[in-house]
Amino acid sequence: MLEMTVNGRPVALDVEPEMPLLWVLRDELGLTGSKYGCGIGVCGACTVHVDGAAVRACVLPASEVAGRSVTTIEALAADDLHPIQKAWIALQVPQCGYCQSGMIMSVAALLASTPQPSDDQIDEALGNICRCGTYVRVRRAIHALAAESKK
Amino acid sequence: MREAGTSEGFDASRRAFLLKGAAVGGALVIGVGTGHGAAADAGVARDGGAGITQWVVVEPDDTVTVRIARSELGQGSFTGLAQLVCEELECDWRNVRAEYADVNEHMRRDCLWGSMVTGGSRSIRESQEMLRKAGAAARQMLVAAAAARWGVPPVECGASQGVITHAASGRTLTFGAVAAEAARREIPGQVALKGPKDWRLIGSPVPRFDIPDKTTGRQIYAADVRLPGLLHASIVQVPVFGGRLKSADVSAVSGTRGVRKVVVGDDFVAVVADNWWRANRAVRALPVEWDAGEHAAVTSDAIRARLRTGLDAADVPVARRDGEAEAVLASAPMVLEAEYHAPYLAHATLEPQTATALWQDGHLQVWVGTQNGEASIRAAAEEAGLPLERVNVHKLHAGGGFGRRGAHQDYTRQAVRLAMELPGTPVRLQWSREEDIRHDRYRPVESVRLRGALDEAGNWIAWQVRQAEQSILASVRPAAVRGGIDPVGVRAFADNPYDVPNFTNTYAMHDSHVPPGFWRAVAHTHNPYFRECFIDELCRLAGRDPVEFRRPLLAKSPKDLAVLEAAAKAVGWNDAAPEGVHRGIAVADAYGSFTAAAVELSVREERIVDVRRVVVALDCGHVVNPDAVIAQVEGGVAWALGMAMHEEITIRAGHVEQSNFTDYPVLRMHEMTARVEALLVPSGGFWGGVGEPPLAAVPAALCNALFAATGRRVRSLPLKRHGFSFA
Repeated sequence: MLEMTVNGRPVALDVEPEMPLLWVLRDELGLTGSKYGCGIGVCGACTVHVDGAAVRACVLPASEVAGRSVTTIEALAADDLHPIQKAWIALQVPQCGYCQSGMIMSVAALLASTPQPSDDQIDEALGNICRCGTYVRVRRAIHALAAESKK
Repeated sequence: MREAGTSEGFDASRRAFLLKGAAVGGALVIGVGTGHGAAADAGVARDGGAGITQWVVVEPDDTVTVRIARSELGQGSFTGLAQLVCEELECDWRNVRAEYADVNEHMRRDCLWGSMVTGGSRSIRESQEMLRKAGAAARQMLVAAAAARWGVPPVECGASQGVITHAASGRTLTFGAVAAEAARREIPGQVALKGPKDWRLIGSPVPRFDIPDKTTGRQIYAADVRLPGLLHASIVQVPVFGGRLKSADVSAVSGTRGVRKVVVGDDFVAVVADNWWRANRAVRALPVEWDAGEHAAVTSDAIRARLRTGLDAADVPVARRDGEAEAVLASAPMVLEAEYHAPYLAHATLEPQTATALWQDGHLQVWVGTQNGEASIRAAAEEAGLPLERVNVHKLHAGGGFGRRGAHQDYTRQAVRLAMELPGTPVRLQWSREEDIRHDRYRPVESVRLRGALDEAGNWIAWQVRQAEQSILASVRPAAVRGGIDPVGVRAFADNPYDVPNFTNTYAMHDSHVPPGFWRAVAHTHNPYFRECFIDELCRLAGRDPVEFRRPLLAKSPKDLAVLEAAAKAVGWNDAAPEGVHRGIAVADAYGSFTAAAVELSVREERIVDVRRVVVALDCGHVVNPDAVIAQVEGGVAWALGMAMHEEITIRAGHVEQSNFTDYPVLRMHEMTARVEALLVPSGGFWGGVGEPPLAAVPAALCNALFAATGRRVRSLPLKRHGFSFA
């Protein structure tokens, strides 16, 4: 049995150790907020936090998550909406939205370590693909959050 | 504000085959004379709510649900279409929600909701009148019901914000209070519509219904459908289009953990398992032998060589001829000839093609993100060999569309095929990214040869355009091909806005075994690039300014000229650019709208391109939701930049060489540093498209700016092939 904490709850799973975390989340635990986009860790649609760090769940074997704590988009907000989600709604960021769970999780990790990121730091941290091209609004929303946190 | 069509969209138990009668929940339902299903029982009610026309349901608590026929792909139609209805309905927008119209009912009742097709930037422009009339009819029925209850003439009553008022007596009733009575009334044969000056919702940047759930992970895409007993499937299809499966060693994976079924088709193998990763691992491990068929040796170079023969061929059809271009070119003082080329492109929607199907108790249900509900249900019925009445399609917001999920329902058919083999078990087929890139319906290749003639004064007096391309319609709708010409393929040439006295557009169709499809903006992805870069070349030859050169040529196309002027003014065309910054400009009309783009960029080391600023002027006539339109401009710019720099599908040994975002890169965050200025210049009086037009002029403006910066004229895309990259 593989044990880990997912969104604050301990879970024990009988899965192959090499099964990527994404499929543990989506098909074993029913947490469908994290998406499959490429399966090779390059598009970022599957981004979740493991012990607070943004990781690509589609290439992270479940065995490497044993004993660790996973947070998905479903539990990003402590209560109603996380400030990032509020900013995303206020600035109407998503289009098709399929990338946005991963995008938001990447942004959350970035802002946790770098509350006032420069454009270069944003570019560095956000390798997430948005096929609809919402990058302009993603950047704008991050700067708005940074400005908000300065107050 | 609440939003439906998401969680409800996959609630099989509640919605499936609930063939609603004319009276449900105590409310009779009435249709509206909108040209479709205008019979007196055309309305569609549901539990507790009164269906006032098939478009609007009013609940006793005043909640208004608007039925949406078109699909939400991220372009904002779910909200914009509701705005059109509610503009005339005069309800309280805060009480409005939206849900998809039922596909099965739509088909059974003679296309009750008009059309579900969501492509060609047509959702608003092709349904705005029907929707505004529907809202007006429903409002009249509600007002008449209140007036009848009060015993006063309806003309003495008015409606605003969901409240009906009899001014003389000061009495009021809410929509919810009279909805059931309203639903029993005659549908007005005639309705008066507001003029633009009275619009309050049309033109308002109301927040989109679909956005909150897209920030929390709660949005259910086809990939996220979860039904009791659901199994997951992955597929591998024959790599060479038109090939066949020769053999598959099913026994090799049949004992693998979680694997429930292996389905062997004519040209695919699929594995159904209890977890998608297990299904995908097994299908990839399954030993197969393909018969590649007759196209096993085809390469991109061979396809391009055939296009070249099309550039030289005599006796090809003429799409348009004005004057005597050939004779004028033969004797003109200045002549320019240039060849351009554009490659195959993949849609690469971030949600790979996905559909879930359930065959149970003689009925088939499909859950799918689709741009064409009618095509989905027909494909499902045909694949299953069932009449349409026994099939339903539950539409879900799609994780990108861009033309991939419209006419082509290959993934829907496959999901149905798998489900029919597992009666009673819902099967969710999700393509791997590799399958998605290798089995797309590609933006087709095209080569063009352009010849232009200038007189002594540098005026453009003649041009010839020879197109050699693979046709989309020849593959998708052969009956639409006219005299050897694909009418979609010649767009931006045959219907170009320039007033040049001598013009000939000829067309050579050269199809290949690579399946073509509609790709966001279709012919307007490459034809305006060819045309507007060639005009830039003519300007250089003539020694004329690109805006000044176009002005007289667009005198008879004032809307094209107006957006060109607007973009030029916004970018400061007549003022010197900052040191090291270079500009390019282009104009294109597409899908009923008019656009021009101006790009400012710098180039380092001859090849590193730093796009500083992109201005897109857009005249789409009337703007329904300006913020959603601006978002389409921003996204369209990113789409165009990525296409121009990176995107290319190549063919080797008959199959697509690319397979994932590593070898089919799309635009990334760090490449989108330009300031995007969406300049909305709506001139009114018409309804143009928005999802595609904003990107049409951008590639040409980019390449024209690159020429200004480097002196290099890029006559084929992608730019990376010429050594360029974004900073």
